[in-house]
Amino acid sequence: MDLIENILIKNGLLFAFLLVGLLMLVSNFVSKTLLKGKLPGVAIAIFLGLALATLGGENGIADYSLFGGVALLGGAMFRDFSVVATAMGADLDKIKQAGLAGTVALFIGVLCSFFVGAIIAFCMGFTDAESLTTIGAGACTYIVGPVTGGALGASSEVIAISIAAGVVKTLVATVATPFLAKYIGLDNPHSAVVFGGLIGTTSGVAAGLAATDVKLVPYGAMTATFYTGLGCLLCPSIFYFIVRFFVASL
Amino acid sequence: MIIYGVAILSFCFLMGKLLGYTLGSWIGIDGDVGGVGFAMLLLMLINLWMKRKGWVKMETTQGILFWSSMYLPIIVAMAATRNVNAAMSSGPVAAVVGVAVTLIGFAMVKVISKIGREHGPD
Repeated sequence: MDLIENILIKNGLLFAFLLVGLLMLVSNFVSKTLLKGKLPGVAIAIFLGLALATLGGENGIADYSLFGGVALLGGAMFRDFSVVATAMGADLDKIKQAGLAGTVALFIGVLCSFFVGAIIAFCMGFTDAESLTTIGAGACTYIVGPVTGGALGASSEVIAISIAAGVVKTLVATVATPFLAKYIGLDNPHSAVVFGGLIGTTSGVAAGLAATDVKLVPYGAMTATFYTGLGCLLCPSIFYFIVRFFVASL
Repeated sequence: MIIYGVAILSFCFLMGKLLGYTLGSWIGIDGDVGGVGFAMLLLMLINLWMKRKGWVKMETTQGILFWSSMYLPIIVAMAATRNVNAAMSSGPVAAVVGVAVTLIGFAMVKVISKIGREHGPD
């Protein structure tokens, strides 16, 4: 038993390939037979992945050393590498055509997420500018939150809330996108570019689009990749001053 | 050779990251700003340029397409390594904020998609 565990831990990445392959196999089987294709196999696989993650903590299932390789496979390096590779199937003209809409979506996406997040935090009892700004930033993505909170010196409890808000956003985008796609016209490259700019959480956009239609992934990822940067730029600066101004005038 | 495709992809990825981090440091952020986007554009441009030169070989393309198709399993692995418990247990503020802003984002997709679409739907 120890021998097997040793081999699996030492070759963690390959074990992860095997695990994810099996997970996809089961998901596709369930999708085809039990659900008659009503829910794509990928969506089920992502959902199972999230369910497995609840068994662990900080790094989900990878908290167990046996599954450490899953963290490598699902980490930022491989994720970004494969997202870039999807550009092979993308049409440059369509991206150019959606450029303006994508840029507008980016700014509106960051702006809306931030202020809606800050207003909700205010309604739920937070009153100081630093906490409001940090939670608003967390409503952008789970990276913007701690970056902003760190810059403003927010409490670690508030920073934890901002990270959690960002993660919830990722989860909602992942799970809800395949269900809501047809109601919001998310079935072509143009709206995928806009979607990426509005939602912005790269992992959520990428996973949500993957579960909806893999062909749309490069378009959404293209704009989403700028979102966190824009958020980190705006939240601790202009947005913080705006929030501070409102808090002071209350 | 398949490795040529993988090498081109890696080159684009690294150049994109370099650009992203450079841009990040210019605006005072210790992070990657748009690196993936730059890398994708670069890959598309290189692919276009190589096609015109007639340098694109089936096998080279396969080296890139393999990684493109690994995308889904990677996303599944990513899902399995999120801190789902923290997101579900850190109290109502995070949950309400996370759900509300995402749904508002969804709701705006249709409206903003109208921009730049005067030429009719594609």
